[in-house]
Amino acid sequence: MRYLPLTASDRAEMLARIGVAEIDALYADVPADELLVELPDLPRARGEMEVERIMSRMAAKNLTASAAPFFCGAGAYKHHVPATVDHLIQRSEFLTSYTPYQPEITQGTLQVLFEFQTQVANLLGMEVANASMYDGSTGTGEAVLMAHRITKRRKAVLSGGLHPHYAEVVATLSKMASDAVVRMAPDVGGGEDLLEQIDKETSCVVVQSPDVFGRIVDLAPIAEKAHAVGALLVAVVTEVVALGAIEPPGPQGADIVVAEGQSLGNPLGFGGPYVGLFATRSKYVRQMPGRLCGETVDAEGKRGFVLTLSTREQHIRREKATSNICTNAGLCATAFSMHLTLLGEAGLSRMAALNHEAAIEVAEALAQVPGVEVLNDTFFNEFTVKLPGDATALVEKLARDEGILAGVPVSRLLPGAGLDDLLLVAVTECSTADDRAALVAAISEAL
Amino acid sequence: MKLYTKDHEWIAIDGDVATVGITTYAQGQLGDVVFVELPDVGKALTKGGEAAVVESVKAASEVYAPLDGTVVEANDKLADDPGLVNLEPEAGGWFLKMKLAEGVDTSDLMDEAAYEAFVQTL
Amino acid sequence: MLNDKGRSTRSETTDEADMTASTFTGAKALDVEEALIFEIGRAEVTGVDLPAPKGAKSRLGAHARKAPLDLPGLAEPEAVRHYVRLSRKNYSIDAGLYPLGSCTMKHNPRLNEKMARLPGFSDVHPLQPVGTVEGALDVVAEVGRWLVELTGMAAVAMSPKAGAHGELAGMMAIKAALQARGLDKPVVLVPESAHGTNPASAALIGFEVRPIPARADGTVRVEDVRAAIDDRVGALMLTNPNTCGIFEPEVAEIAAAIHEAGGYFYADGANFNAIVGKVRPGDFGVDAMHINLHKTFSTPHGGGGPGAGPVVLSERLAAFAPLPFVRMEKGRPVLVEDASQTRAGETPYGRLTAFHGQMGMFTRALAYMLSHGSDGLRQASEDAVLSANYVRACLEDLMTLPFPDHPSMHEVLFDDRFLEGTGVTTLDFAKAMIDEGYHPMTMYFPLVVHGAMLIEPTESESKASLDLFVATLRDLTLAAKAGDTDRFTRAPRFAPRRRLDETRAARAPKLKWEKPVAAE
Ligand SMILES: Cc1ncc(COP(=O)(O)O)c(C=O)c1O
Repeated sequence: MRYLPLTASDRAEMLARIGVAEIDALYADVPADELLVELPDLPRARGEMEVERIMSRMAAKNLTASAAPFFCGAGAYKHHVPATVDHLIQRSEFLTSYTPYQPEITQGTLQVLFEFQTQVANLLGMEVANASMYDGSTGTGEAVLMAHRITKRRKAVLSGGLHPHYAEVVATLSKMASDAVVRMAPDVGGGEDLLEQIDKETSCVVVQSPDVFGRIVDLAPIAEKAHAVGALLVAVVTEVVALGAIEPPGPQGADIVVAEGQSLGNPLGFGGPYVGLFATRSKYVRQMPGRLCGETVDAEGKRGFVLTLSTREQHIRREKATSNICTNAGLCATAFSMHLTLLGEAGLSRMAALNHEAAIEVAEALAQVPGVEVLNDTFFNEFTVKLPGDATALVEKLARDEGILAGVPVSRLLPGAGLDDLLLVAVTECSTADDRAALVAAISEAL
Repeated sequence: MKLYTKDHEWIAIDGDVATVGITTYAQGQLGDVVFVELPDVGKALTKGGEAAVVESVKAASEVYAPLDGTVVEANDKLADDPGLVNLEPEAGGWFLKMKLAEGVDTSDLMDEAAYEAFVQTL
Repeated sequence: MLNDKGRSTRSETTDEADMTASTFTGAKALDVEEALIFEIGRAEVTGVDLPAPKGAKSRLGAHARKAPLDLPGLAEPEAVRHYVRLSRKNYSIDAGLYPLGSCTMKHNPRLNEKMARLPGFSDVHPLQPVGTVEGALDVVAEVGRWLVELTGMAAVAMSPKAGAHGELAGMMAIKAALQARGLDKPVVLVPESAHGTNPASAALIGFEVRPIPARADGTVRVEDVRAAIDDRVGALMLTNPNTCGIFEPEVAEIAAAIHEAGGYFYADGANFNAIVGKVRPGDFGVDAMHINLHKTFSTPHGGGGPGAGPVVLSERLAAFAPLPFVRMEKGRPVLVEDASQTRAGETPYGRLTAFHGQMGMFTRALAYMLSHGSDGLRQASEDAVLSANYVRACLEDLMTLPFPDHPSMHEVLFDDRFLEGTGVTTLDFAKAMIDEGYHPMTMYFPLVVHGAMLIEPTESESKASLDLFVATLRDLTLAAKAGDTDRFTRAPRFAPRRRLDETRAARAPKLKWEKPVAAE
């Protein structure tokens, strides 16, 4: 087996040194009747060539985003990631290092994390960010728990514009922890009365902008109402590229901001691994979940970085920890940071403008198609289209017949909500003018 | 009158007000104190219940109320200078002052000699 | 003719002074000081060429950004250099033995990386029509099948994002099962030796944690479990092999005890790598167990993540598996994403994350599984156990074993009694290992022994590599005992940084870069 360096004679020598006759003597604490004699009923070892063949065959069954005019979003976006990023994250020292528990020999990871935290805080307009969560959805769950700790209240109000998977993650956690959660109905028209729901029992109100239907939400009045009754505003962003163009949540009064960072540096990858961004105000830092990297000096006075404020974490605080998270999304955060470093503010702004412009082009063209209605007043790179018929049927037909991935039917996220005629269409810089024209033509033809 | 608990808190009682902190021994066990979480003034404390939390880099410990009472003052200096707990644990590094409840029972607390003997056994 | 261009290539002197000599740049040859991107980047620079937007129209309403973001850019060569320089300040398993106990730093095959990057896996969207991602569902189902088979369990929930998330997933299944039976049993028994995530995960969803003491031999005894059980106990969380590196001899009896009391057995499977192909957790009574694909199945740790923590479930818990899951129908995987698609007997308790879980880790783990096969997986476990016991046999005369009565599994635990009176602590010892070119072992965990040193060599080391490691630890131990404390208390001396001031970092946290205030 190519991954195992020990030879038969090494093994024999080592057993002799240990003083046992056979390997099973080391499994002496396993009840004899539980020790397997037969190998599990699974295939035997294979060479690299064979494994590659099997897996390539599986991969070939999937329609890839690059092979099709592609318009899916809803919390996962296709963007161009510079080749440099994937090269750099595959450096042994980033890829095959553990969590930086020994700072003297992990300054590389630690400095990247410090830079990542700063980039995230600046991007979201917040004072402090952590070293990543698993993804945006689990980060949202953690944000709600953090708000409960800060306010000592246990009721969260979730906007109907919050990604339904995110809302379900919060609802599941809340149900299990016996916390209250008010989940607003899907806010297709943008008219929900969220302010009405915020009262003196509310710990936080969770609002996504741009919301799952693509609309950009004015967070300031929500923050104002929440603060007036002692509640917090948790703002959620699922498409961080939008922040190249729109006002970040921080200056609008958000107390905690959670974002999905996949858009920068990370591939679609069928949903994971992604990277959760998590930021808040300095005064709440001790209630934050997750790892934090901080600046300090070494014994010679040189600047260096360490993991810090660890007394919040499970390895020290155990059942009183602010979160159970241990392994996070380190390498995805590294990729995010690298991509954002390559872009810089200038590149991010341009990328955002290209997304917005391409989305406007498609929205305007679709609005001309008879029977099709674009529901958004505002949007960034994704918007909701009302079709004369079933969106799922249309999407499946276009995928099958035209090789076009036309978007995400709202019913995929909200089955049974009576929203079967709605389609979420996301347009990024990766789409070409031909792709966009093909989508509009295919939809007009299909209807 | 200064008394001690088995959890290494000290309590100096002056009339119906008492000052509470952690002992020299306790701060030595914790290492460099980096943060102290103090209760709000007015908070009711019950003997043996959590009154504060003291943290070093690698450890966090609850500080328990040695007696029943109400918090009348928290040591604000610790916010900026938690190292005071290491430097002067039984003086400037005090945690809180509390107004004692009526008729508290101090009989299971130790005096200095008893506490020192207790620490010797650890 | 004599060539007079020759010159000596040897250094004239090497003495102590060289050790402390400083350079103009602060660099030490290959180890170059590197500033922060905020110090070297510029707002107007970008390393990505994008076409110019025409940019006439806006649908942003009143929400267009007005303020700058303070995000500097680097041109591509600058960015490459920045990150390559930083990378060189890191230790990695590719570069050396990484004996972090409980973390399983085994070799990360590059085939896994290549497979994960096949566009058919990396470039598909989680919400594409299901008919366009059948190969992706095949991967989820196939990894699940291997995990179920290797553990002897009934079902698997694939979506948890890491071990701790798997614990949460499993404990939620237990809570759902208790609720379905109308039972109020809010207490979970957790041994003191458990990893911090166990009590943290249980507490997150309202379980009360009741510790069980560890015995002097490093194991948990069924009589202690029985003594701790009462009407309120709904579950037990036990790591097996445990965090002291010992297979719990009474695990089956312990499982029976918690079952008799109407509760469930959660096993922390972080140490599954010792027993793959040797013992099946289903055979010793486990109801739920997470598997860290980033440990046992070689997906890289990436400086802290990502991981993946699928949870295998017993017959008693299978019905409660969270959404989404893949059901096999006529040999084909069918994706079940919401309650409306469930059948009788499927009562998912909710959803743990957006989408389907860590697909990129599934493809890597599958490449590892297919490469090893059942025979290779068993051999890998045996080699891991053999290597740990070999290290132990070579060191036990000098270092101190807290639990000599049981063989070790994949990792061996030492305590710090052998350092008594030397003035050297476990921390100092670890830092001296850094100077010798090794990443230290796990220190001060588990909490049940004093000054713990938990060594996990893994199956990826050759005998020569193990021998050098052992020789190094012997040399260090003898030096400590001989009174050469400087070698420890001043260590590390040769790393990119000397010891860092963690007290300062925690007292006045600086968690992000701030523009220096211009000097007046
Ligand atoms: C014994 C044990 N349990 C649980 C975990 C948590 O796993 P993860 O870091 O993947 O969340 C770990 C990993 O550090 C561990 O060693």
